[in-house]
Amino acid sequence: MSVTVMAGQRTTHNRARRRLSRVGLHIFLSVLAFIFAWPLLYALYMSLRRYGDIVANPNGPFSLPSTLSLDNYTFVWNSYPFLGYYWNTAVITIPALILTLWISSMVAFAISKYSWRFNLLVLMIFTAGNLLPPQVIIVPLFRLYNLTFANLPAIPVLSQLSDNGRIYDQFIGLILIHTTFQTGFCTFVLSNYMKTLSKELVEAAMMDGAGVFTIYRRIILPLCTPALAALATLLFTWIYNDFFWALMLFKSGDKRPITAALNNLSGQFFTDPTVVAAASIMAAIPTVVVYLLLQRYFVSGLTLGSAKG
Amino acid sequence: MSKLEPQALTPAPTTVVGARVASPRKRRRYSLLSGRDKILLFFMVGVPLAIFLVLIWGMTLVSVGLAFTNWDGVQPIKFVGLDNFTQLFTTYPFFWPALSHNVLWLLVFVFFATPMGILLAVCLDRQMRGTSIYQTIFFTPVVLSLALVGFIWELQYSPLAGNGFIDSALVSLGIVSPANAPDWLGNSSINIWAVLIAASWRHIGYIMVLYLAGLKSVDPSLREAAAIDGANERQTFFHVVFPVMAPINVVIVVVTVIESLRAFDIAYIVNHGKNGLELLSTLITNNSISEASLLGFGSAIAVVLLVISLVPIAIYLTRVMRSEES
Repeated sequence: MSVTVMAGQRTTHNRARRRLSRVGLHIFLSVLAFIFAWPLLYALYMSLRRYGDIVANPNGPFSLPSTLSLDNYTFVWNSYPFLGYYWNTAVITIPALILTLWISSMVAFAISKYSWRFNLLVLMIFTAGNLLPPQVIIVPLFRLYNLTFANLPAIPVLSQLSDNGRIYDQFIGLILIHTTFQTGFCTFVLSNYMKTLSKELVEAAMMDGAGVFTIYRRIILPLCTPALAALATLLFTWIYNDFFWALMLFKSGDKRPITAALNNLSGQFFTDPTVVAAASIMAAIPTVVVYLLLQRYFVSGLTLGSAKG
Repeated sequence: MSKLEPQALTPAPTTVVGARVASPRKRRRYSLLSGRDKILLFFMVGVPLAIFLVLIWGMTLVSVGLAFTNWDGVQPIKFVGLDNFTQLFTTYPFFWPALSHNVLWLLVFVFFATPMGILLAVCLDRQMRGTSIYQTIFFTPVVLSLALVGFIWELQYSPLAGNGFIDSALVSLGIVSPANAPDWLGNSSINIWAVLIAASWRHIGYIMVLYLAGLKSVDPSLREAAAIDGANERQTFFHVVFPVMAPINVVIVVVTVIESLRAFDIAYIVNHGKNGLELLSTLITNNSISEASLLGFGSAIAVVLLVISLVPIAIYLTRVMRSEES
């Protein structure tokens, strides 16, 4: 009897303590969540304010607004070729994304479904290369991109895709480096994913006389849809967010994708934070929207890269 | 030409082939391929591999080669031995500051941002109301580009004249006088810390998501067993969960080190990586592309960055190899 009473007391005591620690945890997480959300919320708030309003107030931006409006957005939209910047991003991101998934799924298929002597070596070349800081290769790459085709082995297709006889300052150049760099990561993820698919499927198809390409196209690719969707979400964000390659491998401001083009605006409006804020929010919208809509894929893409490797 | 005709194989049951000691499974599958299929597979791997080798590893080797020359992009290439490195380590004033900033970046990530991300993951791993909202908020900075992170934080850090939020708030609340308001990004002794806070803002969410996924994959019976043995939550985490998470821990370490070596965008946005924000990455581009054309000298800095990067890369590859063997 006394034992059960004691045990009962202990559980209520524990439950109360657990509830208390849970409340404490919620307070801790809410405070942190506010701190984390603050810089973006502030940027949003700033983008809706009027510059004159801030300057007139003795407290500067640390003040309540007299009006909020979308004027800064219209100003940015009308003063800069923002639509063009988004278009540049699309012209780079979409082909690079498709090419990366196509190429890396082929490589992953070949090295995970067939036994070659150099499978592991190939995988390591791709994986390790993907981890290199891009700055390690930028100096020779920059020179390579600036070579004119006359000095390069004749590649007829290139002359259709470049208007300056080089791949520097060309969309094709950026697509090439993004595709190459990201293929490293995607090959690694996809080959791990394909290893988890049943071997019998491929063997059965081979027995039925299916060729390599049929197996890749009709059996493996459809089974990889979840991984491909997750990687597509990740790649979209990464290529969209690229700043380094676009800054180094593009000369002219108007060809740059949006993330790097922001760098053109910053100097002129250093003292007007409302315009900087509006431009930043406009550049952030596509990735944030994609993330909020496809959060599940996004997270599973990152997880695929680390779960089993 | 295939070694075995398909018809010859079809009637043979798999067990018989598998039982033959002399021919391992590998060989059998290999020989099932027709010559056309082999060529196709060769191109599937060969073409991407060749491009990757030229653009990534080839350029890396060229970088290493250039580091021993004084090439300026115009004059013929001249071999100068270790001159670039001697100059880098002795007379060049920005090398040691840049290296120490990279090291500081790494230390802040290792001792602050990464543990913070792990802590958040552990907190969010409990079945609690609102977890997904917290997760969304903590992760949102990760989907922003580092360049954008730079712009967003400039709105906070700008000096009083630039209408920065922090200084305006400090002055309005009477904490500092307008004359003493710190220039967070302009003062070379504090700007690296300001930038590191912005970088951590993004890194914490990244680590949180990676770790959270790892925690979800831990076998729940392990925790139950620990609870039955009377372990409290902290003991369970450090003695049971953390050790079984070893694979994820390696990924976290590698991601943390690589991200601190790649650091470039925020520093570039703030002041092109100068005046207190020198990093190895910004020194490379400033010396060889953006401002000067010292290709040999810039490549020498790239070699230093490469050598440091090879440490986490080697750790990672060892792990990949080990899991391939198992």
